[in-house]
Amino acid sequence: MQVTMTVNGAEVTRDVEPRLLLVHFLRDTLGLTGTHWGCDTSNCGTCVVLVDGVPVKSCTALAAMTSGHEVRTVEGLADGAALDPVQQGFMEEHGLQCGFCTPGMMLTARALLDRNPDPDEAEIREAISGQICRCTGYATIVRAVRWAAAHPATEEVRA
Amino acid sequence: MQVPAPFEYARATSVADALELLERHGPEARVLAGGHSLLPMMKLRLARPDWLIDLGDLAELRHLIRDGDWLRVGALTTHADLLASAQVGRLLPIVHDAERVIADPVVRNRGTIGGSLGQADPAEDLSTVCDVLRARVVITGRAGERVIGMEEFHRGPYETACEQHELITEVRFPVRPRSGSAYEKVERRVGDWAVAAAGAALVLADDGTIADASIGLTALGLSGLATDAAAVLLGTHPSEEVFAEAGRLAAAASSPVEDQRGPVDYKRHLAEELTRRVLRSAAERAGAGALTAVQGG
Ligand SMILES: Cc1cc2nc3c(=O)[nH]c(=O)nc-3n(C[C@H](O)[C@H](O)[C@H](O)COP(=O)(O)OP(=O)(O)OC[C@H]3O[C@@H](n4cnc5c(N)ncnc54)[C@H](O)[C@@H]3O)c2cc1C
Ligand code: FES
Ligand code: FES
Repeated sequence: MQVTMTVNGAEVTRDVEPRLLLVHFLRDTLGLTGTHWGCDTSNCGTCVVLVDGVPVKSCTALAAMTSGHEVRTVEGLADGAALDPVQQGFMEEHGLQCGFCTPGMMLTARALLDRNPDPDEAEIREAISGQICRCTGYATIVRAVRWAAAHPATEEVRA
Repeated sequence: MQVPAPFEYARATSVADALELLERHGPEARVLAGGHSLLPMMKLRLARPDWLIDLGDLAELRHLIRDGDWLRVGALTTHADLLASAQVGRLLPIVHDAERVIADPVVRNRGTIGGSLGQADPAEDLSTVCDVLRARVVITGRAGERVIGMEEFHRGPYETACEQHELITEVRFPVRPRSGSAYEKVERRVGDWAVAAAGAALVLADDGTIADASIGLTALGLSGLATDAAAVLLGTHPSEEVFAEAGRLAAAASSPVEDQRGPVDYKRHLAEELTRRVLRSAAERAGAGALTAVQGG
């Protein structure tokens, strides 16, 4: 079947099997390997992408279901050389070690900040509670998101 | 890599179109809502439909409407929609209690109330919530719609009164004055399915006595409501004693099984303790003053 969707601002159309999961469509069909793929059981959250601005576990969605919608992956966070404040925050506050959970964490953080520009620690922890990080102990991820909240400047430059 | 077996896919453009697609594609066609129960089952080959009829575009099934003494919730309303609604929190606090502990915020963005009821997993939190609130389910088929109570809707684990060629289109919750409700769940870790959970709703009469009560248990082997436990509450003033008795009766009505989430005696203990706790919160929310240790009943 044919699917058409907007991925990071560009429209893409591909022929796919109905059973193709969104995570494999992004990684294998489009070559956007920034979206990671882990547990395959909607538990770890590394596969999170934004669909119409809302975080979704892409291992538990079909590419077919996303046809006609807007998808944003980690590749769509930076604007050219200008990092998203969330990416900058993960750098400044050591929000990652191995980096496996990072794409999903950053997209959930982006969606949280779009909805609530000044989240407190409890709100950040709640937002990322469906995602697992085996390295950081989460403290630095929370600090990274707080950093991004405190430095929305890059965002203004982009707009 | 877990991938579903091959199937055909169609996206419904209206409720009528969905019903027509279900009929056309025969007994192995299934509807797809959020996909957060069905797709995992298909990956594991626990479900193997030939056709998926995607309801995702049916905005007409994603609504929350106050309609007199009822709150009407469209089948495609997501867990996140329910949690975001202040009206739901105010009128039916048990729904927010449950939603806060269903899966995690990302899963809640996709999972729907219709899918939860349609899945009919014995550990599904919203099934208990609907039982306790005496919700009514609207089932639509090509011949029209019928509105049924939860006792008729449930047919057992993974089985409901919604036939393969029909759709759950709405869930209706009665909104009752001087009522209060609550839900509490014990889970192994944040976002997991219940080890055990309990829900309760109380309606108070003008003299402060309990005029109506319902108690439900999740993952504890009870189908429907714990009627004996609720019956001891009727006509009494809310009190620790009578709630303790209801807790004992709810535990007696449960028949939990041992699994990786815990042994039978632990689960039975949870049935008792959680029932007491939800009765306390439900009474408080219904406007009963502080509970006294001894009160006439
Ligand atoms: C990691 C994880 C953790 C979870 N934890 C919990 C938890 O703690 N508590 C809990 O209660 N749930 C939990 N869930 C389940 C979650 O709530 C699901 O989203 C929900 O059970 C199913 O909703 P859905 O819209 O995704 O349904 P789908 O997966 O799309 O459908 C489920 C079933 O219902 C049928 N169906 C769907 N919509 C309709 C309709 N309108 N009419 C008729 N049939 C329909 C489908 O054909 C299918 O058989 C969890 C899920 C995941 C992935
Ligand atoms: S790979 Fe999707 S949640 Fe783990
Ligand atoms: S940085 Fe390694 S899992 Fe999070």
